[in-house]
Amino acid sequence: MADLALSSPEIAPLKLHVPEPGCRPGETPDFSDFEIPRAGAVPKPAIDASADDMLDLAFSIIRVLNKDGEAVGPWVDDLSPDDLKLGLRHMMLLRAYDTRMMTAQRQGKTSFFMQHRGEEAVSCAFQVALKKGDMNFPTYRQAGLLIAGGYPMEKMMNQIYSNEADPLHGRQMPVLFSAKEYGFFSISGNLGTQYIQAVGWAMASAIRHDNKIAAAWVGDGGTAEGDIHSAMVFASTYKAPIVMNIVNNQWAISTFQGIARGGAGTFASRGHGFGIPSVRVDGNDYLAVYAVAKWAVLRARNGFGPTIIEYVTYRAGGHSSSDDPSAYRGSAEGAAWPLGDPIERLKQHLIRLDAWSEERHVQAEAEVMDEVKSIQKQAEAIGTLTSGHPPSGRDMFEGVYETMPPHLLRQRREAGY
Amino acid sequence: MTQMTMISAIQNAHDLAMEKDDRVVVFGEDVGFFGGVFRCTAGLQEKYGKNRCFDAPISENGIVGSAIGMAAYGLKPVIEIQFADYMYPAYDQIVSEAARIRHRSNADFTCPMVIRMPCGGGIFGGQTHSQSPEALFTHVAGLKTVMPSNPIDAKGLLLAAIEDPDPVVFLEPKRLYNGPFDGHHEKPIVSWSKHELGVVEDDYYITPLGTAAVKRSGEAVTILSYGTMVYVAEAAVEETGVDAEIIDLRTLVPLDLETIATSIKKTGRCVIVHEATKTSGFGAELAALVQEDLFYHLEAPVARVTGWDTPYPHAQEWDYFPSPQRLGEKIIETLEG
Repeated sequence: MADLALSSPEIAPLKLHVPEPGCRPGETPDFSDFEIPRAGAVPKPAIDASADDMLDLAFSIIRVLNKDGEAVGPWVDDLSPDDLKLGLRHMMLLRAYDTRMMTAQRQGKTSFFMQHRGEEAVSCAFQVALKKGDMNFPTYRQAGLLIAGGYPMEKMMNQIYSNEADPLHGRQMPVLFSAKEYGFFSISGNLGTQYIQAVGWAMASAIRHDNKIAAAWVGDGGTAEGDIHSAMVFASTYKAPIVMNIVNNQWAISTFQGIARGGAGTFASRGHGFGIPSVRVDGNDYLAVYAVAKWAVLRARNGFGPTIIEYVTYRAGGHSSSDDPSAYRGSAEGAAWPLGDPIERLKQHLIRLDAWSEERHVQAEAEVMDEVKSIQKQAEAIGTLTSGHPPSGRDMFEGVYETMPPHLLRQRREAGY
Repeated sequence: MTQMTMISAIQNAHDLAMEKDDRVVVFGEDVGFFGGVFRCTAGLQEKYGKNRCFDAPISENGIVGSAIGMAAYGLKPVIEIQFADYMYPAYDQIVSEAARIRHRSNADFTCPMVIRMPCGGGIFGGQTHSQSPEALFTHVAGLKTVMPSNPIDAKGLLLAAIEDPDPVVFLEPKRLYNGPFDGHHEKPIVSWSKHELGVVEDDYYITPLGTAAVKRSGEAVTILSYGTMVYVAEAAVEETGVDAEIIDLRTLVPLDLETIATSIKKTGRCVIVHEATKTSGFGAELAALVQEDLFYHLEAPVARVTGWDTPYPHAQEWDYFPSPQRLGEKIIETLEG
C-alpha cells in the first residue's frame, strides 16, 4: 500500500484545468487543428438508420459545397436554382435587417439588438425544410426562421422598437419575438429552457397522433444547462418527433465553446449517451444545412424520433449590441474562419450554375437594402422606443392572467390606470 | 355520494377531468403503472392508456418543462412532483417560463397546466419530504397557488385548477391525505371515513379558485389558516375555549381578501398560522395586507404562528410543527393584547 501514501514523491499536486481558446486579442488565429472533411465525403444514412450506424457523423462535418462552389456528394438535395436564389435573398434580407437595426440601436431608437452575421444559413435554410404547423423553439439568433417563413419584417421592427404596433405590447426586450402562426415559439431570454419545452410540444403531437414536428434550438454555451440534459432524456425515452439543433458559433459572449463542451470532441456527440442519431453539418453551407434539416425532419415526421444537429459556424459579430468582441478574441479570427461566409458561398454556387453573376449580386444587395430601409421607414413612422406613442403602463397589468385578479386590478388603479 | 379520502378525491378529480376532456394528460415520477407513491393517480393509466397517463424520468425540470411545451401545443397537462421538496430543479421552468408565457407573448401562447405536489410535514420526512414552499409560488406574478384541506375541497379545487386557463400550483398537505390531523401526533389517527368532509359528491363539480371558507364562526379573534393548520386551529380553539372565527384560505393567490376583511372587521384581532418557515412566509404578506386595509379595526397586533426558520428537522419534528398549544398560547396573548 506504500505507493498510495499521500506523501509519495511520484504524485504531483493536482491542478485545475481551465481550457483556453486558440486566439486572444493580439494573437494570430490558427485553425490548422480544425479538421474539415472534403465536401461530399460524409455518407448519408437512411432515415430509419439507428444511432449506432452513424456514430462517425457526430465527429465529422457534412458539407455539400466544395471550394469551387460546386454541390457534390450524397447530401446534394433537390433545391432548384430558383429555390437557391430565394435562399440567397432570405440571407441577404437578414443581413440587411441586421445592419439597419444595429445602426438604429446605435442611434438610440431601441435599447438592444442581436445580429446574425455569419450564421444566416442556419436559420434561413432550416425553415425551408419545415411544414406549416411545425413549431420552432428558437433562441435570439434565429430570426432567419421568421424571414424565410414569410413573417412580415415590419412586425419584427415594431417589436424591436416597442412601438404602438409591437405585437408584444412592449413587454419583451427587442428580438425576443413570438409568432405562433409562423411556427415560432415565444423566446424566453433564459438559455436552454425552450429545449425541453420543444420536446414536450413534440410529445404532445405524438399523443394527439398528429404529424407535426418540433425543432429545438440552443447555442454551444447553452448546452451546458440542465434543461438540455432533461430534453435529451425525454426525447430519447419517448422517441419524440423533434430536431434538436445546436448552433456552435464558437463563442458564448466572451467564453469560447471549449468551456461548455469540456472533454467531449463535439457537441453532437452528446447525443450518443442517449442513443439519439447525431450529426454535424457545415453551418455556413446553405445546401448542407437544408439537406441535413430535411433528413432530420423526415426522420421525426416518420416516427423515427429525435435527431441532434450541430451546426459548425462562426459568430462574426458581437454577442449583442452591448458586446465588444475585440476585448476577448483576436480581431483576425473571423476572417480566418475556414468555413467562409454563407452568403458568399451560396453566391459563388449560383454563379457556377450560371444562375447568378457578380453584377446581379451587387444590384440585389442594393435592392434588398432599399426594401429593408423602406420597411424600416414604415415602422419608424409608427414609432420607436423614444418616439411616437409607446405602449401604455396600463398594458403591463394586462395578460398576467387571462382574467385580472382583484389584487392586480387594485395595483393597476394605484398606478393611475 | 361516496366516502373518500383526500387521495381518492384527488384520484377521482383526475378521472373525471380525463373523461370530460381528452386534452388532459397526467404524468410524473411513478405516476403511470403504479399510480403514484401516494396513489393519487391510481388506475388512470389502465383506464385511459399510456398515451394519457405515463411514468416520467426523475427530472422535475424535464417534467415541468415538457408539460409547458404540451400546454403550448394545446394539451392540459396535470403533472405530479413527487414531493414539493423536489420541485427546485423545476423552479426556473415554473417561474421564468410557465408563469410568464401568456404575458410575454401577449397571449400568442398560454400555459394552462396544473403542477401538483404533496407538501408539509408530520410524517417524519425530514428536510426533503416535509417542506411547505407556497411562498416561493405566491411571490411569482402569473401563478395561482392553491392548498386544499379536505377531500370535498380537494376534488372541487383540483377540477377548477384543471379548467383554469393559467398555470396553477396545487399543494396537497400529505399529512391530511388519510385524515384530518390536528397536530396531536400522540393520539390515534382520525380517518376521513368517519368525517363529514370525506363525504364527496360523485359528479363533476368546481370549487372556484379565490374563495376562502369560514370553517367556524366566532366573535373574538380571526384565525387565518390553510392546509393542515386548519385542524390545528380547530384543536387550539377547542382547547382554549375562545370564540374564534377560523378561515381556511384554500387559495393563496388569488386571495379572498373580502372574506378576511369581513371577519376582522367583526373580531378586531388576527392570528395567522402556517407550517412554512416564518421569515418572508405567506403570513408576512397576510399580516401586511391586514394592517394596510384594516389597521383601524385592529385592537391588537397581528400575530403569526409558523414553523421556525430552520430546515425541517427529523427527530425534532414536533418541536418544529406549529402545535395547537403554541397556537392556543398566541390566541390568548392576542386577546389580552
